[in-house]
Amino acid sequence: MDDLLREFLTETNESLNLVDAELVRFEQEPNNGAILGNIFRLVHTIKGTCGFLALPRLETLTHAAETLMGKFRDGMPVTAEAVTLILSTIDRIKLILDAIEKSEQEPSGGDADLIDPLGRMARQEAAAPPPAPVEIEPDKPEPIEKPEKQEKAAAERPEEDRGDRLANHSIRVNVDTLDHLMTTVSELVLTRNQLLEIVRRNEDSDFKVPLQRLSSVTAELQEGVMKTRMQPIGNAWQKLPRVVRDLCAELGKDIELAMRGADTELDRQVLDLVKDPLTHLVRNCADHGIEAPAARIAAGKPAKGTIRLSAWHEGGHIIIEISDDGRGLDLAGIKAKVVEKGLASEAQLAAKSEAEICNYIFAPGFTTAAKVTSISGRGVGMDVVRSNIEQIGGTVDLKSLSGAGTTFTIKIPLTLAIVSALIVEAGGERFAIPQLAVLELVRAGNNGEHRIEHIKDAPVLRLRNKLLPLVRLKEVFRLGACDNENGFVVVTQVGSQVFGIVVDGVFHTEEIVIKPMSSKLRHIPVFSGTTILGDGAVIMIIDPNGVAQALGRAAVAATRAENSELQSREEEADEDTVSLLVFRAGSQQPKAVPLSLVTRLEEIDCRKIEISDGRHLVQYRDQLMPLLRIDAETSLKKEGAQPILVFSDQGRSMGLVADEIIDIVEERLDIEVSSDRPGLLGYAVIKGATTEIIDVGHFLPQAFEDWFRRRDLPAARRARNVLLVDDSAFFRELLAPLIKAAGYRVVAAASAADALAALKSDTRFDLIVTDIEMPEMDGFALAEAVRAMPAAAAVPIIALATMVSAETVERGRAAGFHDFVAKFDRAGLVAAIKEQGADLNRAA
Amino acid sequence: MTAMNDTQLSDYVTFTTAGQMFGLPIECVQDVFKPSRITRVPLAGPDIAGVLNLRGRIVTAIELRSRLGLDARDEGQVPMAIGIESRGESFGLLVDAVGEVLKLPDDEREPNPINLDRNLGRVAAGVYRLDGHLLVVLDIDRVLDLSPEAAAA
Repeated sequence: MDDLLREFLTETNESLNLVDAELVRFEQEPNNGAILGNIFRLVHTIKGTCGFLALPRLETLTHAAETLMGKFRDGMPVTAEAVTLILSTIDRIKLILDAIEKSEQEPSGGDADLIDPLGRMARQEAAAPPPAPVEIEPDKPEPIEKPEKQEKAAAERPEEDRGDRLANHSIRVNVDTLDHLMTTVSELVLTRNQLLEIVRRNEDSDFKVPLQRLSSVTAELQEGVMKTRMQPIGNAWQKLPRVVRDLCAELGKDIELAMRGADTELDRQVLDLVKDPLTHLVRNCADHGIEAPAARIAAGKPAKGTIRLSAWHEGGHIIIEISDDGRGLDLAGIKAKVVEKGLASEAQLAAKSEAEICNYIFAPGFTTAAKVTSISGRGVGMDVVRSNIEQIGGTVDLKSLSGAGTTFTIKIPLTLAIVSALIVEAGGERFAIPQLAVLELVRAGNNGEHRIEHIKDAPVLRLRNKLLPLVRLKEVFRLGACDNENGFVVVTQVGSQVFGIVVDGVFHTEEIVIKPMSSKLRHIPVFSGTTILGDGAVIMIIDPNGVAQALGRAAVAATRAENSELQSREEEADEDTVSLLVFRAGSQQPKAVPLSLVTRLEEIDCRKIEISDGRHLVQYRDQLMPLLRIDAETSLKKEGAQPILVFSDQGRSMGLVADEIIDIVEERLDIEVSSDRPGLLGYAVIKGATTEIIDVGHFLPQAFEDWFRRRDLPAARRARNVLLVDDSAFFRELLAPLIKAAGYRVVAAASAADALAALKSDTRFDLIVTDIEMPEMDGFALAEAVRAMPAAAAVPIIALATMVSAETVERGRAAGFHDFVAKFDRAGLVAAIKEQGADLNRAA
Repeated sequence: MTAMNDTQLSDYVTFTTAGQMFGLPIECVQDVFKPSRITRVPLAGPDIAGVLNLRGRIVTAIELRSRLGLDARDEGQVPMAIGIESRGESFGLLVDAVGEVLKLPDDEREPNPINLDRNLGRVAAGVYRLDGHLLVVLDIDRVLDLSPEAAAA
C-alpha cells in the first residue's frame, strides 16, 4: 500500500476514534464551539487529503459536511436533525475508510442520500426532513451500525477482521515515552562503557565474557531505540507538493518541485521541528525566488521554475538543501533595508561580504518584499526559521547568485539526544565541542607550518588564503594565561562566520549524551549543556555560538574601535586607538581621516568626471556623486585614474579627491593643535609625521546642503568626559574627533538605552550631548530619564537639533536640556561645550 | 515518646563547616556522599564548586564555605557532600564533615540573633541551643538561590 494512503488511514482512524468520544458530548451540547471545532477540523483535514489522494467520493461527502459545519461555526443554530445528519456522515466516512483499507480503493456507490440533505440544510432548508439514517445512535460505543443504505463493499466487510486492520499494525507512542526510553538507554551505554573500562584494567576478570554480551546487546538496544524514533525526511515533505501547487495557482507561476533523498532518515523529534522551517523556506522560494513566467522567459530561462529539495547524510548529520533557479536575493534591497532598520550603517555594510549581507535576511522582523502577500513578506519567518533550526543544534546558510537562484543549506544533527563531539583540553579541563560546528583541526606551533600571529593583541592564523581570527579557550574561560603559541586550532563555523578556537590538546571524538545544564549555570553563554564521558567524568559542552560572541567582543576591543564606543571608556587613553586612513592631497603634508568614516576607496577614470555648474561630478552606482577638493591646492588629475575617498550615509555618497592613498594605520588619535582652517580638525603625529586630520563634517554640507538636516547631530561639550548619544554611527564618528579636538574624552552611545546603561555603570560623565530625534527613545525622553537618575541628575545636557524653534527650546528646557545647538553649527557646539564645561569647572 | 506528646519533633541532618554546626531538615536531604572528580566550571560563580557524576546523575556542587563568605578549606581537607534534590535538579552541598541525625522539638528553635553575620543570616532559618554548642538551621531554598540579587542583598 502506498505510504501516503497508509498514513492517511492511520491518522484518520485515530482521529475518528477521538471524535467518537466527542460525538456523545456533541449531541448533548450541540452548541459547544470547541467540540464542533474539533469535528470540523477533522472533516476539513480529511477533505483536503482526499483531494490529494484521489478519493473523490470521500471528498464530495466531506465537502458537503464541511459546508454545513462551517455554517454552524458561523452561528447557525444546531438542530437535532443536523446532529443526526453529521453523525451519520461520520459513520459513513468510517465505512468508506474501512473499505479503502481492504481494497486500497474507494468503494463504488454514492452518498447522495447524505449529501443532499447536508446541502439543503446548509442552504437553510432544514425544514426538509433528513433522510433515513435515523437509527444511527451517536452514543453507540462501536460504529458498527451502518446506515440502512449500505454500500456493497462496506456491507460485505466482515467485522471479525478488525484485528488485522492495518491501522493496528503500528501503534502510536507518546514521544515522551520514547524520549525516556532513549535517556535510559543512554545511561545504559554509559554504564557499559564504565564497566568495560574497569574490565580493561583487570585482565583476568570473570566478567569479561558476560560483559561482552552485555555490550553487544546494549548496542543493539541502542540502535533499536534510535530506530523507533527514526523517520524518513519525506514525511516532512509530504505536504510540500500541495503547497507549491496552491502557490502556483495563487501567484500565476509555473513551478516544479523536485525532491531527492526523501528516504533519508532522521529522528522523529528533529523531523517535527524541521517541518515548519522547511515549509517556510519552500514558500519563500516560490514567492520571492522564482519569477513570473514572463520575467523568466525575458531572462532566457524556461518558463517553468524549479525548486529542488534534497537531503542526504553527511558525517553524522543530515543536510537538507532547498534551491531554486529564480532571481536570487536582492542585495541592494537587503542593504537598503538593513540601513533603514538600523541594523548596520552603510560604512559597515561596505566592509561585509555578500554572504554576510545575505545573512541579514535572518534578522528578526526582516523582509524585503515590497508588498505583503499572504505567502510571505510579513516580516516573520526567516528569523524564526533560523532560531528553530538553531534550537535543535543545526545551522542554516544560504548562497545566492543574482539571476541564477538561491540555495538554502540546513545542517542538522540526526538526533537531539546523542551528538558527536570533539573532546578537547584547555587549562587542564576537558570540554566537548559539537562536531557539527567543527570544520577542521589545525596544529599550530612555532616550528610548524601554521603559526599563531598577532595583529596588535588579536591572535590570527593564516590558513590557506585566509586570515582566521582566533579565540583562546583558556582566555575565554579565564583558566590562566596562555604562555605559548603552541596548540591546536579547532576551525569552527557559526553561520557564515569562521573562526578558530585555540585549545591545549585534542583527544578524540565521542558520541555524547547531552544533559541539560544546571539552572545555576545556564547564564553562562559559552556552554550549552553537560555530558558524562565514557570514563564517568562530567564535562561541559561548548556552545560555538557563545564562543563566537566572545570572539566578537575580543575583536571589537582589539581592532575595531568603531564598535567599541562604550568600551573605549574602559580603556585608558593610551589604548585608545583609531584606524586612520592616511593620504596625500594638495600639499605634501600627509592627511588622515578615521577609516571607519570612509565607505570605500575608489579609483575613477578621469574621463568619467563631469563638470556641472562649477562642481565636479561622477556617475557612481547609478547616482551622481559630487567630488570635493580638500583645498584649492588639490587638483584633479587630467588623465588616468583618480583616487577618491567615498563617504556614504543614508544612500548618498560624496567623494573626496586625493592624490595618493598612503597607508592605513592604527594610531591613538591625539589631536595636538586645533586648527581654525576650515576642513581641518587639527594636527596629529602619525608614524612620526605631522599629519592633518581632516574634518569630513566640513565637506558634507558642501556636497549636499541638507546633509545635516537629515540627521540629528550629537553635540559635544567641555568636560573631562563627554557622553555622545546619536543613533547614526556616521555622525558619532564625525563628532567624536571634533569633541576630542576640543580637549575632551568621548564615549559614544548608539541609543538612549545605551546611554542610560553607560550612565548607570559609570557616573563620571561631565556632560551629555544628545541627538533629539532617535528611534525608540528620543532626546527629550533621555533627558527626563537622566534627570531622574540621582547620580546623573546634575550632568548638563546639550541637545542637537536640526531645527531650533521656540517650541522645541521650551520643551527641551522642561525636559532638562541646558543648551541647544543646531546640528550643522560645529563652532556653536564647541562653544556650548566650553561654556558648560566652564560651569563644571567652577562647580568643581 | 509519651513525655513529649504535645510537642512536634523534626529530624535534622547535622554537619560542620569551619567549626560551626549546621542542620538541614531531613526531608530535603537525599543522601550523603563523598564527592569525587568534581569538574570545575569556568565562568561559574565562586559558590559553584563544579559538577560531578553521582551514579549517572549530574550533580552541581555548591561550596557552603563560599556561600557563607568563609575562607576556603585547607589543602588536603576532603569535603563531604549533602545530596539535595530541588526542582528536579540534583545538588551537592560541600561541607567539612557530616554528623548524626538529631530529633529536635520545633518549639525550641529560636529566631536568628539580630547580630548574626549577614552572609549567614541570609541562609539561616533559626538556631537551636544544644549542650555545649549552637546548631544553625539552614533554609535550603535560600542556600541554593545563587541569583545575583540575592548575593548582593
